Formats: sequence, structure tokens, C-alpha cells
Amino acid sequence: MIKNSGKMLLALASVAVVAGCASPVKLDKPVEVEKKDVQTTTTTTADTGKSTVATTDQSSKLNAPITLDRVIYFDFDSYAVKDEFRPIVEAHANLLKQNSSAKEVAEGHTDERGGSEYNLALGQKRAEAVVQQMKVLGVGDSQLEAVSYGKERPAVDGHDESAWAKNRRVELRSK
Amino acid sequence: MWPRRQALRALGASLALPALTPAFAQFRVEIKGTGATQIPIALGRFRDEDRQPQSISAIVRADLERSGVFRIVDAPAPADENGLPDYNTLRARGADAVVAGSASRLADGRIDVRFRLWDVVKGADQGGQSEPSLPVDLRLAAHHVSDQIYQKLTGERGIFSTRIAYVTKAPGKFTLRITDADGENIQPALIDNEPIISPSWSPDGSELAYVTFHDKKAKVVIRNVRQGSIREVASFRGSNSAPSFSPDGRTLAVTLSKDGGSHVYLMDRSGANVRRFTDSTGIDTEAKFSPDGASVYFVSDRGGGPQIYRQPVAGGAAQRVTFSGAYNISPALSPDGKLLAYISRGSGFKVMVMNLATGDAQAISDTNDDESPSFAPNSRYIIYATKANGRDVLMTSLTDGKGKATLIESGLDIREPVWGPYGR
Repeated sequence: MIKNSGKMLLALASVAVVAGCASPVKLDKPVEVEKKDVQTTTTTTADTGKSTVATTDQSSKLNAPITLDRVIYFDFDSYAVKDEFRPIVEAHANLLKQNSSAKEVAEGHTDERGGSEYNLALGQKRAEAVVQQMKVLGVGDSQLEAVSYGKERPAVDGHDESAWAKNRRVELRSK
Repeated sequence: MWPRRQALRALGASLALPALTPAFAQFRVEIKGTGATQIPIALGRFRDEDRQPQSISAIVRADLERSGVFRIVDAPAPADENGLPDYNTLRARGADAVVAGSASRLADGRIDVRFRLWDVVKGADQGGQSEPSLPVDLRLAAHHVSDQIYQKLTGERGIFSTRIAYVTKAPGKFTLRITDADGENIQPALIDNEPIISPSWSPDGSELAYVTFHDKKAKVVIRNVRQGSIREVASFRGSNSAPSFSPDGRTLAVTLSKDGGSHVYLMDRSGANVRRFTDSTGIDTEAKFSPDGASVYFVSDRGGGPQIYRQPVAGGAAQRVTFSGAYNISPALSPDGKLLAYISRGSGFKVMVMNLATGDAQAISDTNDDESPSFAPNSRYIIYATKANGRDVLMTSLTDGKGKATLIESGLDIREPVWGPYGR
């Protein structure tokens, strides 16, 4: 499908805040002290709808058809790449082997159940399983990075097994 | 001294709280429970507070009621901190204590928040304080008044002036927010369209470490809360997550996958001097220092499913801490070192509290989607994220599960609460 390398532009706007701080003092000896304040820093990103769909960069980097399947689904509580997804792993491995300057990220995801940090580690484990398979197929270590979003980026909204099954996945993205 | 204080202490953590109607704010604490022994206290309006942007006495009143420790009595208070209580009338109305104060504008534009507390039973002045405040800090000054009253009457430090960090999720928009402990004065610290997870306060409350996905992968960042400046402390290959400060603030525990797998590492607060801490072939994550700094608690699946382990910082083997249930995650240590809170998966996900001296643990929630428990700095309350009536909420509870209160925000997912330290 579509590979997205569009980098978000981040504009940091700092708002200066007059700060002092104060601690309470006894009534009989008032002391002037400084005061604390929370400063709000707003992170403004580029318009999401326009900036996030940048496909040409990615496909040209990979020299691959943009319709290449890139999502591998996993069973509950499993990190094993099922046979039916083996062709996807092999296709991406072949592309990387053909172009040693190309790089891919394996991005692990989990369903929504459980804690965010443990799920981040589970997604990492899935991503590393895919990366390991690609390395066995001959892809160079420097061409691959395994990362995880845990449960933070579900592909499908929903709170049942059909949604969860679509969210337990590794997405291969060009880097 | 205070006749009810002994009774209060004997009551311990088993205080049950009276109903408190949510009032003016969208984000509001609701207290559920039934009444028990509480200190009856009279509280007057503060002189000149009507001229200021915040009603000091209303904030103090709400703090005291929400704590579950006080009952507000309708009885006359002095006009301000320099007045004299009408002890006979106060006693006749059943008040054990009375508070009066003022909020006067100073020549430099600040507002001097003053109060005094009297022991009605003994007929004695218990002292007071003065806090000249910028108008923007009036709520904080009021919370300081509440903290003083709470401490003088219970012997424990109050947590009214502390803050809580948490994350909200709207479609395509994640916001790291900081609220006063009463659920008011919510301020966004960071807005991003990539996820933000695992905020963690520095021990002095000046900084928040958290995980940002802004660069399309998990990195650990430390943010100065007041200035908004950011330091990236862990951006190694793979995922960087689960930051947690040591009690002295010098060391950060993080989870890194740079060497394959997910393992706990320790680093200086600058991000330098990274050294691997846990050693297993499985997942190790969610490290939290014990309050004495001598141990690190963390989650590991080295025995099969995720369980909580404890490992000495100075070196030594990890010891398993949780044995009941197949899935125990998200450890949090009470600042007094006596309790371990965590999430256990059974029929649902529930907050558990373990007495570390005995190893006994009990579920303290009546919900099934609990996440991210965190203790208040006085070790009396726990905050956690959960779902109630189909909506995401932040819930506070006494450590035995009584006195539940809900911090509600409609329309947004709310997650990852973490209670800040004393000292503001």
C-alpha cells in the first residue's frame, strides 16, 4: 500500500511566563518569595490531512510497487509469523536485498487489552520476530529497525475480537 | 490537643466519605460513600476575596470536604485572621475548629492570602500564615491553606497543593495535561498527534519524563514543566520507554530494546552512562524505584506471563513479588514504602494493593478496565485510570479501596495518571 515518510514539522512556540515562587510564611514574619507557574508550550504540527499522505518518496526509495502488502497479523498472545504471511516477509526481504541502501521499519502493534508499556514490549517482540525472519532471508542488519507502538495506534476501532485481530500486527514501512 | 485527632488516627485509612455534589466545573471530583467520624470545622468567607479572581474559601472548603476528613459546620467565623472567634456559639453548633482569613491586594499587584486556625474546644489560637501570591497562583495559595489546616488537625501532610499529570486522547490528538489535585486548573503541557505515554515526575516536581512517538518511534524525553524545555534522553535503535526517576532524582530507569528484546537500563538523568540493569531472555519493563532507592521493581515475563519482580540496585538476583494470577503489571510503590499497587488481569483488569510486609494483596476497585495506579505523596490515596459507565475516567481511592472519587472529563479518553510530589 502506501508508504509514508512525510515528516511532521514541529513548531515550538514558547510562551514566556512571569514566574516567581512563594512558600507560606508565618503570619508574624511575612517574607517575600518567588512564585511558581506552569508554562504551557504548544506543539503545533503541520496540517494532518495534507501532510501525512506523502507516497512518492517512499516508493521511489524502495523501488517497489506501492501495492505491496505490508501488514502481518498475529494470533492472540503470539509472536509467531504465520505461514500465510510468509510471502509478505519474503517480498520485502527481496526488495531490501535488491537495494542495499533501502531501509525498512517493522512496526509492532497489539490489541487494546492490557497496559500500555507491557503492550509496547509485546509489539516490540512481534516486530523483532519479523525482522529476525528477514535477516535469516539475508537482509542486512543495518537495513532493518524493529519498533513498537504497543496498543497506541490501532488499525481498527472496536472492542471485540474482530477488531483486536486486525490490530495485532506488524506493519512494514520504508524508512 | 484536638479531641478528635486520636479518633481520626484510629480510623486510619478506613475513612468513608460523604456525598459531594459536582458543582461548577466540567472536570470535577465526585466523592461516594457514607459518613464516618470527621472533624467538624467552621470556615468563614475570606475578607476581600470577592474582589479577587478566585474565592479562596470556596477552594479550601471543597478541598476539606473532598478529603473525607472534615465536615463543614455552619457557624460564624471571625471576619478575618485578626478577629476573635465566638467560641460559645461555635461550640453550640458543634464546631471543633474554625478558620478565617483574608485576600487583600498588595501595592505590587499581588494578593496576600492570610488565614488563621483556632481550636474551638480549647479556645486556642493555632497560628496561621501569609502567602503573597500572583493572581495566577491564587488557587495554589488556597490549596496551601488547606494543606496547613489538614496537617495541623490530622498530623499528616496534605496533598491539596500537589498536581497530577495524565494523558488525554482525542482522534488524532494526544495531550499531556497537568491538573491540580482537585481536578481544577487543568493545563496542557504538550499537544501532539502522535501518542504520548508513561509520564513520570522528577522527585522535585520540576520535570516530567515521558515517552513520545513524535518521531514515529518511542523515545524518552524529559520536559521542564515550567519552562517547556525538552531534553531527549533515550533515542536508541528500537523502542525507548517506561522512564522512572530514582528518589534522589539523579538516575533514570528506562526500558530499551537496543540490544534486542525489552530490558531495564539505568542511566544518569542527563541520559549518559547507560548500563543494563535486568538480565533475562524475556520482557523486562515498567521499572520503579523503591522509596529508599535500594531496589527496583519491574515487570518481567521470565517465568511465563508478566509478574512483578524486585532487584537490588547494588547488585543481586531478582526476586519475584507477585504470585497470584497470571498477569500482573504496572507496579507503583507508596512513598512510605509499605504498599505496592499494580494491575492484575483476572476476569478484568483490576487495581491491587499489596502489603509488602505480609505479601497480602486485595483488589481495591469495582471496575474492570483499570490501568496505571499511582500513589499520592502522603501514601493515603491512589489514582488510576479506568472505565466507568462506558467512559474513560481517572479514579482516586483510599489505599483500602474506600472513599472512591472520580475525576471526570467528558468526551475524551483519559489515561496514564501519575501523582506529583510535594513541594509546590
